[in-house]
Amino acid sequence: MAKKKIRIRAKMKGSVTEVKALMSHPMETGQRKNKKTGEKIPAHFIKEVVCEHKGNKVLVANWGVAISKNPYLSFKFSGASKGDMVKVSWSDNKGESASAEAKIG
Amino acid sequence: MKRRSFLKSSVATSVLGVAAGAGLLTPQMVLAAWPKAAFEAKTLDGGMEAALGSSNTIESGEIKIKAPDIAENGAVVPITISTSLPGVDTIAVFIKENPVPIAATYELGSTTQGFISCRVKMGKTSDLIAVVKSGGKLYSAKKMVKVTIGGCGG
Repeated sequence: MAKKKIRIRAKMKGSVTEVKALMSHPMETGQRKNKKTGEKIPAHFIKEVVCEHKGNKVLVANWGVAISKNPYLSFKFSGASKGDMVKVSWSDNKGESASAEAKIG
Repeated sequence: MKRRSFLKSSVATSVLGVAAGAGLLTPQMVLAAWPKAAFEAKTLDGGMEAALGSSNTIESGEIKIKAPDIAENGAVVPITISTSLPGVDTIAVFIKENPVPIAATYELGSTTQGFISCRVKMGKTSDLIAVVKSGGKLYSAKKMVKVTIGGCGG
C-alpha cells in the first residue's frame, strides 16, 4: 500500500474542532549538498496548504523552506459538527500536490 | 537521457491532468498568491514588510509562544503560537537569524482560532517572532530559542 501523504486527525472539543495534520514531504531547503557529488540538492518544499470545511477555507498556510521535513500542522476552528469532513491539501514548488480528507470525530 | 526526460515530462503532465480532473488542483490553489518577495527577503524587516505590509508592530502580551528554551535539533523545533487577540486574520512566524527570516504565514478563516502549531528549522540560536494581524493592526511577541545543532543544512 502506498505511504499516505497526509494524515489527519480531527476532533471536536466542545464547540471547537482541533485538526492535526502530518504531511510527508522532504522540505528540502536547497542548501544541503549531495555528499557524493558535492552539488546542492535543489529546494523542494510545500508552498501552500489549504484546509477546508464545507467548501470554506478555514486556514491557508504559506510555507517556505524553514518548515521542517514531514511537516506537522495543528489549528482549531469552530462552526463544524461531528461527522463533518475536513480537507487538507498542499501544493509544492515543483507543481506536485496532495490532498486528504478526514471525518471530525 | 533524452528518453527519460521525455517520459518524465509526459508522466508529469498526465498526472497533472488526472489530478486536475479529479479536482485536486483547483484554480484557487494553483493561482494562489504565494508571497514570493517575503520568502526571498533576507532581513526580518524586509520579510515583514513583504508579507504583512509593514515592519511596525505593537508588542503584545496576548500572544503566547510555546517553544523549547533549548532546541536539541535545529531541524525540528516544535512551536505553538496562541493569542487571545480578537479577529485574527493572519499569524506570521519569523526566525530572526535564519538566512531568510520568514518561516510561514497563516491566513485564518473567520471561525478559526488564533492558534497554530507547527515545526520549524532554525539555523542557530535566534529570536522566534510571532506577528499577529488583528483588527487591521500588527502585534508581535518573541521568544529566544537556543539551538545546539543548526537545522538549515549544509
